Amino acid sequence: MDTGFSGLLTATVFLPAAGAVFILLLVRGDRNIRVVAAMVAVADLVLTLLVFGLFSRGDDAARFQFIDQFTWIPGETLRANYLLGVDGLSAPLVALTGILGLCAVLASWRIETRVREHFVWLLVLQTAVMGVFSSLDLLLFFLFWELELVPMYMLISIWGTGRKEYSAMKFLMFTILGSAFMLVAIVAVFLTPDVGTFDMRALSTQGTMLGAGVLLPLGALFWLFFIGFAIKLPVWPLHTWLPDAHTNAPTAASVMLAGVLLKMGGYGLLRINVGMFPAQAQQFAWALVTLGVISVLYGAVVTLRQTDLKRLIAYSSVSHMGLVLVGIGSIGVTHGALTSAGLNGAAMQLFTHGTITGLLFLGAGLVYDKTHTRYIPDLGGLAGRMPLVAAGLLIAGFASLGLPGLSGFVSEVLVFLGAFRAYPWPTALAVFGIVLAAGYILWMMERAFFGVRRDRFADISDASLIEALPMAILVITIVGVGIYPSILTDVFEFGLSPIVALIPVGLP
Amino acid sequence: MTLYDLYLISPQLAVASTGILVILLDLVFQRKGFLPYAAFAGLLVSLTFLVIQSVDLAGAVNLVDAVDSGAAGVLAGSLAVDRFSLFFNYLVLAALGLVTLASVDYVRRIERFRGEYFGLLLFSATGMMLLASATELITIYISLELTTLPLAALSAFLMTSKSSEAGMKFLIIGAISSAVMLYGMALIYGFTGSTQLDEIAVVVTSAAALDLPFGGYALLVGVVLMLVGFGFKISSVPFQMWVPDIYEGAPAPVVAFLSVASKAAAVAVLIRVLFTGFFPIALDWASLITVLAAASMTLGNLAAMGQSNIRRLFGYSTIAHAGYILVGIAAGVRTSGSVTGGPEFVSLGLNSVLFYLAAYAAANLTAFFAIIAVSQRTGSDLIEDYGGLVRRAPFLAVALTLALVALIGVPPTSIFIAKLVIFSAAVKSGLVWLAILGVINSVVSAYYYVRIVRVMFLEPPQEQEASGISPVAWFALTVSGVAMIGIGIAPGFVLRAAEIAVGALML
Repeated sequence: MDTGFSGLLTATVFLPAAGAVFILLLVRGDRNIRVVAAMVAVADLVLTLLVFGLFSRGDDAARFQFIDQFTWIPGETLRANYLLGVDGLSAPLVALTGILGLCAVLASWRIETRVREHFVWLLVLQTAVMGVFSSLDLLLFFLFWELELVPMYMLISIWGTGRKEYSAMKFLMFTILGSAFMLVAIVAVFLTPDVGTFDMRALSTQGTMLGAGVLLPLGALFWLFFIGFAIKLPVWPLHTWLPDAHTNAPTAASVMLAGVLLKMGGYGLLRINVGMFPAQAQQFAWALVTLGVISVLYGAVVTLRQTDLKRLIAYSSVSHMGLVLVGIGSIGVTHGALTSAGLNGAAMQLFTHGTITGLLFLGAGLVYDKTHTRYIPDLGGLAGRMPLVAAGLLIAGFASLGLPGLSGFVSEVLVFLGAFRAYPWPTALAVFGIVLAAGYILWMMERAFFGVRRDRFADISDASLIEALPMAILVITIVGVGIYPSILTDVFEFGLSPIVALIPVGLP
Repeated sequence: MTLYDLYLISPQLAVASTGILVILLDLVFQRKGFLPYAAFAGLLVSLTFLVIQSVDLAGAVNLVDAVDSGAAGVLAGSLAVDRFSLFFNYLVLAALGLVTLASVDYVRRIERFRGEYFGLLLFSATGMMLLASATELITIYISLELTTLPLAALSAFLMTSKSSEAGMKFLIIGAISSAVMLYGMALIYGFTGSTQLDEIAVVVTSAAALDLPFGGYALLVGVVLMLVGFGFKISSVPFQMWVPDIYEGAPAPVVAFLSVASKAAAVAVLIRVLFTGFFPIALDWASLITVLAAASMTLGNLAAMGQSNIRRLFGYSTIAHAGYILVGIAAGVRTSGSVTGGPEFVSLGLNSVLFYLAAYAAANLTAFFAIIAVSQRTGSDLIEDYGGLVRRAPFLAVALTLALVALIGVPPTSIFIAKLVIFSAAVKSGLVWLAILGVINSVVSAYYYVRIVRVMFLEPPQEQEASGISPVAWFALTVSGVAMIGIGIAPGFVLRAAEIAVGALML
C-alpha cells in the first residue's frame, strides 16, 4: 500500500484553518478580513483543482493518490495514522468543497456583525469538510467529522435568523447522536481481533475479512454506521433537523450545509457502508431503496406545501438526497451483471446537488437580503427587478428538476439506470419524485419571480458584482458538467469500480 | 529506617516538608506574596526526586523490593514505588503545581491564612501521593484521611455560609464513609489474617477462602464496604451527595484540585486494591462496578442539565466523569467468554482509566482556571453572568469553550481520545451495552456544556468590570489548555505512559 508524504493534500486541507488563525490573530479591519478570507479561499480552490487535475487517470487511476502518511498514535492501544489520500470518489468532492468554500466566503461579503469570527468559523468549517473527504484513517475521519460541528453551530446560532438558537442546537444534537453510533462502530471494527487497524484502504480491500471473531455482528456495524450517515444525508425519518437548520442559517452556512455537509453523509455511505460492508450493503439494499424512495416522495410532497423560500429548498434537498440512497440501493441486483451506474449516479448526485442547491441558496439569500422576506406569497414579479438573481435561480431550478444539458440530469439518469435493473417498481415511484420536483420548482419560480410586479419592490436592486460572482461560478460548473459529464463520471468510475468489484454477485 | 527508605518516600516527604515550611514562613514574614512560589519551589524538589526514582526504576518493577540485603526494608509490603505509583505521583504533582499558580490571585481574598492555605494543599497532596503507592490497608486508610481532612478544612476556608456548609458536609460524609471503609478493612483482616494486599491475594486465591464462615461472600462484603470509602473519594453514585455543595461553596482552586488530583489518587488505590488484592473474586465486584458506572454517568448528566450555577454544574459533571472512569475499571475484567471460567484481565481497561485521568485533569483544570478567572472579574458563578464573555475576555471564552468541548468528548481534544479508549475497552471486555450507554451519555452531556458556550457567545455582554488576572494565572491556564489539546492531537506519549504504568501491576 502506498505510503509517503506528498504534502499537497495536507496543504489543501489545512490552508483554510491556517488562514483562520492568521485572520484571528493578525488581520485588522473588516475589509481586510474579507479580502484575506477570499484570498485564502481562492488559493484553496486552486489547490483543490490541482488535486482534481493532477489526479492520475492512467492505468493506476484506481488507487489512492497524493498519500500523506505518518504515525499519529503509536503503541498498541490505538495505532492510528495521520493518513490522507484521495481516490476517484473523493477527488471530485474535494474540488466541490473548494468551489463552495469560495462561494460561501463571497456570499458572506455583506456580513456586518462580528466579521472576524464569521470568516474564522467559515474557514475552519472548510478544513473540517476537506478533512472528512480526504481522510483514509477512520479515527482521523471521525476527528474531522466532529470538527465540523462547532463552526456550524456558531454560524447558525450567531448569524442566523428566526429561531436560530433552537435550530443550531437541534442540528448539533442530531449530528452528535449520529456520530455517537458511528463511534461505537469504529471502535468495534478496530477491536475485531483480525483487524486492529483504522486504515480505510485495508478495511475496504479486505472487505469480507471482517468475518471472523467480530465483536458485533456485521449487520449491526452496518446499521450503526448507517444511522450516523443517514442523519447527515438526511434520510427520512431522521431529516427533521435539516429544514430548521437551513431556514434559519445565514446564506453562507446554508450553502456549506447543503453543498458539502450533507455530502459527507453520502460519501460515508459509499466509502464505508458499501466499501467496507459490501455483503451487508447488498443484503440490505432493499431497505436502502425503500428509505430512499420514501425520502424522495415525502420530501417532494412536503416541498410542494412550503411557503418559505429557504424551507422549500431545504425540503427539496431531502427529496434529492433520497436519490443517493436509491442509487446506492442499485447494488441489490439479483440477476445479471452488476454495473457501477447506480453508485456512479449516487456520487454524481452528491456533486451536482451540491452545486445546484448551493446556487439555489445563494439566490434565496439574495432575495431575502433585498426584500427582507422569504414568504413566497409576499414575493412576486422579482424577475424584472433582479434579472441576474432570477436567471441564476432559474438555471439552478431547471438543473434541479433534471433538464437535459444541465448537471442534475446526468446524475438522475444514472441513478435510475442503475436502480431500475434491481428494483423496477420502487424506481418508477422515485421517478415520480422528479415530476413533483418540476412542480414545486416551477411553481416557486412563478410565484416569486413572475406574476404581478409589486410596488413595494420597486426600488430593489439586482445582485452586485461581488454577489453575482459566486452565482456565476456555480452556473458555469452546472452547465459545464451538464454538457461534459464524463469529466466527473470517469473520475468517479475510478473510485467506484474497486468498490463494485467487492460486492458479491448472485446473493439471494 | 535506613536512608534508602527515606529515599523511597522522598517525593512525599518533600511535599509534606514544604507544607510545614510554608506555614512557618507565613509566621515569620510580613509580605506574603512569595508564599505560592515557595510552595511551587518545593514541588520542583519533589519532582526532582520523582525523576530520580523513575530513572532508578529502569529495570526493576518496584523500588521497595529492590533492596539487595536479605532483610526487607521497613516499607516492604506497605508501599510500592513502581511505574504505577509514579504515574499518579506525576499527575498529582502537575495538578498541584498548576493549582498553586492559579491560586495566586485567589488567595488575596483570604488574606490572613495564606500560609495555611498552601500548607493544607500540600498536606493533602502528600496524602494523595502516598495513596497512589500504598499497598497495605492501614497505610491506605491513613493516606486517605491525610487526603481528606486538609481538603475539608480548605473547603471551609472562605468562611462564608456556603463555604462552611461545604466544609462541614465534606467532613461529616467523609468521616462516615471512612468509618464504613474501616469496618470493611477490619472484616478483610479478620478473614484473611493480613492487611497487605499481596498476602491477601494469596489467601483469596487459595482454597482457604472457601473455608471461611460465609465463603467468598464474607470477603465480598468487606470489599463492598471498602468501596464506600473509595466511592466517596471518586464521587461516584451513590456516594455523591456532597459533590454539588462543595463544588459550589468551596474555594474554586480547591475544587479544581479536588476534582482532579483527589479523584486520580482514589482511582489509583481502588485499582490497586481491587486488581492486586481481590482479582480472583473479580466476577463479583466487577458487576457492582458496572452498575455504579452506569448510575454515575446517567444521574450525573441528567442532574447537570438543570443547573444555573456553573460550579454546581461542574459538580454534577464530575459525577458523570467518575462514571466514565468506572466504565474503564469494569472493563479491566472480562467476565464472559473466558477460557478458564474465571475472570480475565484486560489491560486495555486500566490503560484507558489512567489515560482518562490525565486527559480529564488537563480539561477540567483548564475549565476551572477559566472559571476562577471569570469569577475574579465578575464575582459570580452564575451561568447567566457569562453572557457575552467572548466580547469581554475573548481568550478566556475560547479557553473555556475548548475545555467544554473537550469535556463533551469532541475531537481534537484529550477527552475524545480518552473516551474512545475507555469505550473501546468496554467493547473489548464484552460490555457493549455499557459502552453504548456511555456514548449516549456523552451526547446528553453535550446539551448542558453547549448551553454555557451559547451564553458566552450569544447572550449580550454584561457590564464591564475592572479587576484583571495575573500573568501566573494565565500561565497555568495556558499550560493546562495546551496539555488538553496536545494530548488530544498527539496522545501517543500519555498512552504509552499509561500502558507502562499498568504493566507494573503485573497481572
